[in-house]
Amino acid sequence: MPETIVFYTFSAVAIGASALVIGQRNTMYSVLLLIASFGALSGLYIQLDAPFVAMAQIIIYAGAIMVLFLFVVMLLNAPREDAAEWDRAHPLHHPNIGRFGALLATLLIVQLAWALAKVNGLDAPVGARTDASVGSVVEMGRVLFTRHTFAFEATSVLILVAMVGAVILARRESGEQ
Amino acid sequence: MIPLSHYLIVSAVLFAIGTAGVFLRRNLITILLSIEIMLNAVNLSFVAFGRFAGDVDGQIITFFVITVAAAEAAVGLALVIALFRQRESLNPDAFTSLKW
Amino acid sequence: MEIYLRPVVIAVMIFVVFNALIMASAVLVLAERKIMGFMQQRYGPYLVGPHGMLQPFADILKLLFKEELRPKGADKWLFTLAPILSVVTAFVAFAAVPFGAETTIFGLLDEPIKLGVADVNVAVLLVFAVTTMGVYGIVLAGWASNSKYSLFGGLRASAQMISYELAYATSLAAVILLAGSLSLREVVDAQAGTWFGFIPRWYVFLQPIGFLIYVIAGVAETNRAPFDFPEAEQELVAGYNTEYSSVRFALFPQAEYINMVTMSAVAADLFLGGWHGVPLLTELGLGWLVFLAKVGVILFGYIWMRWTVPRYRYDQLMQFGWKWLFPASVLNLIVTAALVLYLDA
Repeated sequence: MPETIVFYTFSAVAIGASALVIGQRNTMYSVLLLIASFGALSGLYIQLDAPFVAMAQIIIYAGAIMVLFLFVVMLLNAPREDAAEWDRAHPLHHPNIGRFGALLATLLIVQLAWALAKVNGLDAPVGARTDASVGSVVEMGRVLFTRHTFAFEATSVLILVAMVGAVILARRESGEQ
Repeated sequence: MIPLSHYLIVSAVLFAIGTAGVFLRRNLITILLSIEIMLNAVNLSFVAFGRFAGDVDGQIITFFVITVAAAEAAVGLALVIALFRQRESLNPDAFTSLKW
Repeated sequence: MEIYLRPVVIAVMIFVVFNALIMASAVLVLAERKIMGFMQQRYGPYLVGPHGMLQPFADILKLLFKEELRPKGADKWLFTLAPILSVVTAFVAFAAVPFGAETTIFGLLDEPIKLGVADVNVAVLLVFAVTTMGVYGIVLAGWASNSKYSLFGGLRASAQMISYELAYATSLAAVILLAGSLSLREVVDAQAGTWFGFIPRWYVFLQPIGFLIYVIAGVAETNRAPFDFPEAEQELVAGYNTEYSSVRFALFPQAEYINMVTMSAVAADLFLGGWHGVPLLTELGLGWLVFLAKVGVILFGYIWMRWTVPRYRYDQLMQFGWKWLFPASVLNLIVTAALVLYLDA
């Protein structure tokens, strides 16, 4: 019973905060709401017996990536979106696009519902088959460094490339003011 | 115990919210934030399936997705800064000079 | 233990720790001023109460009665949210830190309880994660004040905190290699016992450089002592909490002191053996007194450093963090890993 309450609370916070993220005019509020959503997702990961992923989510996602977003929002200091311009340029206000989008969305939902109805076994409780030690950090480290060594090393190269690329892209041109 | 379908529904709803954000918002940073929401939805479903199957691979994949998302956010934001310097606007419709 | 008693025990523990932390920050305010005074060959606060003991209460009362200002252009929600974030992350970080062994409180309880608000199996990561979130309080304080100087002060402070997190995490990783677990309680229990009968098995003897790096990074994380340029800007230009007054202002130094306490507690747990070291007290179930003594020594070290060492300039600070401290901590990690592999294989 407390498990269900915890799950619904975290899911409600995650979904509510994410829904608010895309509806804010002020980008600063969007970033902060997204941090709240990530915190709730981290709680869901803990419930799924994934403590390392939960902590990694907070440390990396909510703690580093969002700080980066926050810095960029503050440094750019972009004016808030103009409300009238927002409504005028809104793609959903174009009649054909609106109809096409609604048709696509309906098709997608019908397809998903059909696919889900075909699969059985999705109602089994998570974690019924094995115990919680499958997500321990020891196990994760062991698998990460033996089976997925190449991906691990490749990720480190990827991060290096991204770092160099970001520095170069955001650099001012030498002749610019 | 929470059934797997509950987690998948949460993940699907989050993914839909992220997709809606990418399509509907006219602000580059909010579009990037919506992409992050989509990545998180996928992470949740990976971890849920991993736990369901009793495998730790779900969490490993999630770990890599988080890392790659960090790299992508860094480069994406650097691009946004560079674009802002050119046009002083964060609206994607301001960058249509290549349109014919 | 009966199922209905468990929440009560946890609630009592939370209450005790919460009040202890608030009292600790008040005592630290007084301790800092007294120690500063004695180091400068004067008495420090002397008038309020016997030898100035009630000075913190006077300070708090004064702060509470000040006028609550909010600049007109300041963002309404973020201006109030920033100090709340700072303080909440400071308190939550201490929740994962154990401060005593299992005890039945001199036989009052049926089953022993672990002294610590929560026993998390990834406690080291949790403390680190929540400390990372503390950056937001400062960044938002700088932004929400709607003043250029506050904004730059906040950005500098947060850039400093983020830079020193790297050295902080890598020095933690070296200790985790030695202990083989991420749980703070297990790291402490791995330091029980002695070598040759009198040298305690503390990790500070195995990792002296790691301890040094951790303390330096901890000092920089809490914006203290020689690394407090973003705060000292108040003397020059402005800092991130210039526009704050009264209660909202009071929360910032409180968050800083509680962060100091958490850093010292984690250092005591990871490097100084936690509540082990005095066998007599451990047998009596009073190991937490030993823990408090160790935390007190490290806090004294913090205060000592502040009033002895001159302040780093901001660029010197950032250079030190990136070019010296982080490579040193990575080297420490590599050497530790090599030695663990070589000596245990």
